Amino acid sequence: MTFINYASREINCKIVYYGPGLCGKTTNLQYIFDSTAPQARGKLISLATETDRTLFFDFMPLELGTVRGFKTRFHLYTVPGQVFYDASRKLILKGVDGVVFVADSQEERMDANIESLYNLEENLQSQGYDLMKIPYVLQLNKRDLENIVPAEDLAAELQRKGEPVIEAVASTGQGVFDTLKAVAKQVLTELRKG
Amino acid sequence: MADTPILLREQQYHRIKAVLARLRMDSSAKVVFLVDKDGQEIAAQGEVGNLDTTSLASLAAGNVAATGGMAQLIGEKEFPTLSHEGEKESIHISVVGRLLLVVVFDDRSSLGLVKLRSKQVSHQLAAIFEEIVAEDYDVDSPFAGITDEDIDSLFS
Repeated sequence: MTFINYASREINCKIVYYGPGLCGKTTNLQYIFDSTAPQARGKLISLATETDRTLFFDFMPLELGTVRGFKTRFHLYTVPGQVFYDASRKLILKGVDGVVFVADSQEERMDANIESLYNLEENLQSQGYDLMKIPYVLQLNKRDLENIVPAEDLAAELQRKGEPVIEAVASTGQGVFDTLKAVAKQVLTELRKG
Repeated sequence: MADTPILLREQQYHRIKAVLARLRMDSSAKVVFLVDKDGQEIAAQGEVGNLDTTSLASLAAGNVAATGGMAQLIGEKEFPTLSHEGEKESIHISVVGRLLLVVVFDDRSSLGLVKLRSKQVSHQLAAIFEEIVAEDYDVDSPFAGITDEDIDSLFS
């Protein structure tokens, strides 16, 4: 939920990266962390297993700049992608202002994408949100791999409401900031409506 | 549609800070801070120094959310307080409606004292926050007139 603090002249928003296991959610955050000046971001907190799979969430605060005299801070979260962590995913969606769905472009992950997207819609609903109404971006990740589904086919299968679709290679940073920008823009535009 | 934004005005912010300052003094705590259940820090008071309160706020909310999930699985509504005792530093978290009151303390204080004092101020904090959420967002939000150029300027 967006929080506007008049005393500290700050506005805080929450963005959640969602998607199937190993699709690159944490890699998105890691890239943003690595390529942002330390003064513009906080620590990257990763609650992960010993094998570096996300256990609960990753979290990183990021300051983008000033709008109308207010510092804009985005709290970026990822969810654990593995199917059996569903209870955790639900919790992380609480108070969300914008969602990025990171799809894995590999052919063999198509079913996992569809299942995860369905799970996102269901979990948003359980928190009182409607995917069709919240700021939302679809990222097609891993575009550098060989066995990938054509972007237009992926979009045809996964796009829900004419949301921005961004092709990405999160490991090299391609499309990572475009994705963040697309969702942040929608979140800030929502504020205009109140 | 995402939730309606919460506006925290200066006067309310200073009232919250005053309550937290009092709590900090009465409980001999190091740091006291108030966090929204979604993990947003609202105000902090005390020896903040190098303490990363933003991360702490997010983790405290995650902690309460996770234990709340466990509570529901065993048929409880929620666990209203959580305590973590370390060798030197300890944390006590109490759920106050949709807020979390987080107290960081060391051996200058005790868990019993922190619990007691936290409970005593919780209704004051809940009352202030009720006023905050009752406010109409549309009234004079600085963002009601935000332009595309304003937004684009963040990314240029």
